Amino acid sequence: MIEVQDLTKSYGEKTAVDRITFSVNKGEILGFLGPNGAGKTTTMRVLTGYLPATQGTAKIAGFDVFNDSMEVRRRIGYLPETPPLYFDMTVSGYLDFVARIKNVPLEKRAQRVEAAIEMAGLAEQRDQLIKRLSRGFKQRVGLAQAIVHDPDVIILDEPTVGLDPKQIIEVRHLIKGLAGSHTIILSTHILPEVSMTCDRVVIINHGKIVAVDTPENLTLQLKGGERIRVEAQAPEQPLRDVLQKIPGAQRVQIESVGSSGRMIATVEASQGQDLRSQIAAQVVGQGWPLYELRGQSLSLEEIFLQLTTEDPAQKKAEESK
Amino acid sequence: MRGLYAIYRKEMNHYFVSPVAYVVVCIFLVLAGVFFNYIMSQVIRYSFEAGMESMQMGGAGMNIDVPSMVLRGFLSILGTIVLFLTPLLTMGVYSEERKRGTMELLMTSPITDSDIVLGKFLASFSLLVIMLLPTVFYVIYMFAHSAPAAPWRLIAGGYLGVLLLGGMLLALGSCLSSLTENQIVSGVLIFGLSLLLWLLDIFTQGGNSAFAKSLQYGAVLQHYDPFIRGIVDTTGLVFFGSWIVLGIFLTMRSIESMRWRRA
Repeated sequence: MIEVQDLTKSYGEKTAVDRITFSVNKGEILGFLGPNGAGKTTTMRVLTGYLPATQGTAKIAGFDVFNDSMEVRRRIGYLPETPPLYFDMTVSGYLDFVARIKNVPLEKRAQRVEAAIEMAGLAEQRDQLIKRLSRGFKQRVGLAQAIVHDPDVIILDEPTVGLDPKQIIEVRHLIKGLAGSHTIILSTHILPEVSMTCDRVVIINHGKIVAVDTPENLTLQLKGGERIRVEAQAPEQPLRDVLQKIPGAQRVQIESVGSSGRMIATVEASQGQDLRSQIAAQVVGQGWPLYELRGQSLSLEEIFLQLTTEDPAQKKAEESK
Repeated sequence: MRGLYAIYRKEMNHYFVSPVAYVVVCIFLVLAGVFFNYIMSQVIRYSFEAGMESMQMGGAGMNIDVPSMVLRGFLSILGTIVLFLTPLLTMGVYSEERKRGTMELLMTSPITDSDIVLGKFLASFSLLVIMLLPTVFYVIYMFAHSAPAAPWRLIAGGYLGVLLLGGMLLALGSCLSSLTENQIVSGVLIFGLSLLLWLLDIFTQGGNSAFAKSLQYGAVLQHYDPFIRGIVDTTGLVFFGSWIVLGIFLTMRSIESMRWRRA
């Protein structure tokens, strides 16, 4: 349904999106995950035809977003970063206006407006002026606006920003409910959102795609296996040496706990390896008292951080240049 | 076409839901009413005095065409008021949309740029007509109750002139509004531009060089004047028509360039 090929968007010298390629199948929910300024909004703006790409192509339902912009615009619903609201309109008046400019035929218009109000949970606010609504409700009106014409493709830029936890859950349900009959791209920097709503995730950082996969696979593949936490009474350096020698151990971090002489070591194992028994054997074999041994799996959040956080030292070096 | 109508409807709704239309129309009508009254009483007094004077001289009394004089004076003032008030109507037309992010909605909807631009222009033009409409009653009243009756050509020509002048200012104002997110900036720009066009006439007066003459041709007043004398001159029609078309055209280009300018 959506095909993006080598898409690049530069603002002058700065490259906001750098040769990204991905596709979204019909009925799928794709999560666009990345820190602020990663290029999520730019990508979405290119997809909606609001901005032209510097290079590369993007197609929605087979239509090029630039050359066949009108055809694409007919098929998309778009919620920008800030909901595009006219503050002096009522909720239903606004949705009626949007339905008009989205070419909803007259006989269907009232029904579509009703459906959007219903879906976004705005029944009580329908006759209120938009400027009087709270932030969360404004966001919902923005969401209703994106679905009022029942588009094939829905593009949502941070749809849950500004909502309270209950509303966030409602909106996620709403989005999940739309999948299947609609193809959805949503961007977010909140990780649980992705694992809860999306079928697939694109992780983007500094305009480049870092990973594309299902949330489950990402957790499996990228976490680099298990992480094991070891608490033992041992001298720091020898403990580090011992742990690092264990085959499969990738990264060892050690910190001391108070003045008790106990150390907490975190060992990251490569994929699919359980090093717990070996660690236990080694530590005890050295005659060090072992207090705790625990396997931890990396959360999606940590993977995200690993993927998108640069080495602080490297960053510092760049800054001092 | 449907898109154009939707935009038009939205704009009209915006004018009349917010205080914009009421404030502008209200101020306009107060000013127009005050000036009409003032001009009328001045001209009537003048005609009395002139009549008395000529009688004292033993003449048969001078014939002064009071209705025409009043109309001419009134239409001339009307043009000035329109000049001062139209920037208020257009300064937010695009600036506001850009600032609120609603331009993003319009530009990603299946409507053309010309739907947006023409819809907005027609809406502001309609408001101008609504604003001018009540003043027509003053004139009709005078037309009905004066002898000789005020010449209808003068009335028709004058109002055509005011509409063309207003249309030009609206078209240029929209264009300038599309250039910036800041309403004040766009308001000042359009006001400055229209004032400049207006004053061009005074600056270039007496100049005989080709340059001065070509500048004079740009002066709004030069082209507005024949209309309020009841002369519908093709030069004027072309002049105002060109500005309106140019303004609309440039606005469309400016909207189109929004897609590029951020590049």
